[in-house]
Amino acid sequence: MNPLKIIVLAKQVPDTRNLGSDAMKPDGTVNRAKIPTIFNPDDLSALEMALHIKDRVPGTSVTVLTMGPPKAADIMRDSLYLGADKAIMISDRRFGGADTLATSYTIAQAIKKIKDYDLILGGRQAIDGDTAQVGPQTAEKLHINQVTYAIEISEITDDKIVVKRKLDKGIEIVEALMPCLITVHGSAPECRMPVAKRVMKYKYARSKTEMTKAEDWLQELHKERPYLKIEEWNVEDIEAEKEKIGLAGSPTKVKSIENVVFTANESKVLSDSEADIENMIKELIDHHTIG
Amino acid sequence: MSNFYNDTPDFSFHLSHPLMKKVVALKEKNFNEAKEFDYAPINHEDALDSYNKVLEIVGEICAITIAENAESVDTEGPKIVNNEVVYAKGTTENYQALYKAGMIGMTLPRKYAGLNFPIMPYVMAGEMIARADAGFANIWGLQDCAETIYEFGSEEQKETYLPRFNEQGDTAAMVLTEPDAGSDLQAVSLKASWDEENKLWRLNGVKRFITNGDADISLVLARSVDGTSDARGLSMFIYDRKNKAVKVRHLEHKLGIVGSPTTELVFNNAPAELVGSEKFGLIKYVMSLMNSARLGVGAQSVGIAEAAYREAVKYARERTQFGQPIIQFPAVYEMITNMKVKIDGLRALLYETTRFVDLTKAYEETMKSRKLEKEERMEMKHYGKLANVFTPLIKLMGSEASNSIAYDSLQIHGGTGFMKDFPIERIYRDARITSIYEGTSQLQVVAAIRGVTTGVYIDQIRVYEAEVSEENQKLKETLQELTTQYTKAVEKVEAAENQDYLDFHARRLVEMAGNILTSYLLILDSQRNKVYEKSAKLFVELAAAENQKNNDYIYRFDISELDFYKQAIAE
Repeated sequence: MNPLKIIVLAKQVPDTRNLGSDAMKPDGTVNRAKIPTIFNPDDLSALEMALHIKDRVPGTSVTVLTMGPPKAADIMRDSLYLGADKAIMISDRRFGGADTLATSYTIAQAIKKIKDYDLILGGRQAIDGDTAQVGPQTAEKLHINQVTYAIEISEITDDKIVVKRKLDKGIEIVEALMPCLITVHGSAPECRMPVAKRVMKYKYARSKTEMTKAEDWLQELHKERPYLKIEEWNVEDIEAEKEKIGLAGSPTKVKSIENVVFTANESKVLSDSEADIENMIKELIDHHTIG
Repeated sequence: MSNFYNDTPDFSFHLSHPLMKKVVALKEKNFNEAKEFDYAPINHEDALDSYNKVLEIVGEICAITIAENAESVDTEGPKIVNNEVVYAKGTTENYQALYKAGMIGMTLPRKYAGLNFPIMPYVMAGEMIARADAGFANIWGLQDCAETIYEFGSEEQKETYLPRFNEQGDTAAMVLTEPDAGSDLQAVSLKASWDEENKLWRLNGVKRFITNGDADISLVLARSVDGTSDARGLSMFIYDRKNKAVKVRHLEHKLGIVGSPTTELVFNNAPAELVGSEKFGLIKYVMSLMNSARLGVGAQSVGIAEAAYREAVKYARERTQFGQPIIQFPAVYEMITNMKVKIDGLRALLYETTRFVDLTKAYEETMKSRKLEKEERMEMKHYGKLANVFTPLIKLMGSEASNSIAYDSLQIHGGTGFMKDFPIERIYRDARITSIYEGTSQLQVVAAIRGVTTGVYIDQIRVYEAEVSEENQKLKETLQELTTQYTKAVEKVEAAENQDYLDFHARRLVEMAGNILTSYLLILDSQRNKVYEKSAKLFVELAAAENQKNNDYIYRFDISELDFYKQAIAE
């Protein structure tokens, strides 16, 4: 079959699974300086899925795309170590403070700039926000098919893909036409280990921002080895409308923050009856979650 | 996340040893390959950074995959299906993880798809893997065979076989032992005969106790000269598993390292290629293989000791008796501290030996592309001599200490340790083989005694002695006393000019030298990093006590008692 062009969406997140006592500031916001950052676990599973396709379909290319601060270059290097062919960062102060709407808009703009792709893979959700919205919203903005909760790609042909989805009550197998976007569930196979030769090859990969502070020898090395460049795009590069990005593009406003001790289970199962949905909406309004 | 490299800072300490600069410069031919290969280092710091980063990956695989699989691999073990070996599930997972991360063919030149690493980081990887699963360390460590093909094979053989290690993850085996040829390999009888019609060699016969037999690539020692019965008729061959002409007839049931298949192989007209020249099989090529394997067992021993030590500390901190954790009792913490001290000492000796081997090999390699300066030739000879007597020393001391540390760790676990509930019983069983295979401890002494009789050990003791700083004057004085005691004991034994008498005391003399050398190495380590100060001091005390004991024995022993030893067990 023909080689595929795959884009993997990745996010650098605070390592919420290894939190110290100083992880939160007194005002209830996250103390980012005190929390180590990692490659979002579900995104790593998405990257593994992409690399697995690359193993099966020779010539396939994998581009990892992230939106984040300059430090997110770390996970760009990690992606290259693991087997990605290219790494692109969307990084600009003006993107800061984005909610899922502004984020998916920004990512969709970047993907439009990349233009040529068959498949977009991303983690189901990030461990910092846990919204699971960015993938689906991005697919909507690109007007392409989406499959969520994927754990395995069981078949792939030139225009079609068959995906196993992990649902509460079992496994669902669906077929979708490409191009499409797939969000990958955390129970999909874990990502492989970095490859020794790739680590040695790409350890000096740097973004434009990082290169502004680079020593002369590194500048020279980058001239000799163009593959060490991590693409970095700003607002203009992706032709984003300013009112749709960052804080301005984010209707989500934080009203207040409280310390809460979880007592209930994390999820609630609803039937698709009108009554259940109505009760749910009432409950959400009562708790000021929406409205 | 747990990582066997990052949780043991001793590795980066030993990687940063000043001599590494020379090793890396020689190995990297002044960093010329950076133009040709995108993963070659551009300078010394870059090379060290690469070793660190790659070892970090190995450390992670050890912690999250290999160590996690160790128990199931030990229970399941390999099996024979259709005359072929099938690994335990965990073994395959371990090997695939290391292969996919590019950790096969680590020391091979880049030209043959290797990482061109010095032996140092390779031995460190071996130590970590052995800590995770000692049996698996054998399967991974047999990539040593690639080194032998590289050193002695033809260009065609190198191009055919070597890239397969890194690119296809091929496994290897050293096929030497036979039912009647164990330590005495001169007795090997597996027959190699020239097939004139097909212009190739054919192997026929049986090999026994072959670790990882049925590997993709095997180095086979066989008798190619009819009518001979000693080493001179033996040659080395490559057998490729793709030919499917070898049957695995039997798998041994073993006390330890259960996951590592020990096979009996039947060669049935198996096509094979001669490596190097005929008749040099045992005297040259096996010796080279053996030396790498012995260093490998040294690393394996330290890895096992580290695992046993960690189990002991963990258990002794958690287990409460008489109202306090048992680690608070002198009888317990003495054992645990001595483990730590011995491990620090063993590592000092292991990585010093590795540097000697690295330098020797790097000079030999350099010699292929340019003429060595006179000074370089002398250095090569010097380090070669040291490598020859340090390798059996670390194999001897490492494997024996690994056994005693595993013994003590199990002891600390008490009755629980005797049950199958804790990893220590497996570690204890795994340790046992280290002082047996690749030459028993008794045979290591036969090689190491040359360090005593030729004076290489005493010369090196003097070299270290001169490097001890003012503040370690007291320790130095103690060691000087031990050195005098050692030289006098050597004089006494040598004066008798009786080979049996020398052989009888050889182990005691070798151990005395080994203890002094290791003491000095630890002191020198402590001068580079204060972390080792306590270990250095405590090791000197252990050395003094042990050497005193050995000395007493030699001093009181009369040569006439040799006969008494024989008579006591005469029928």
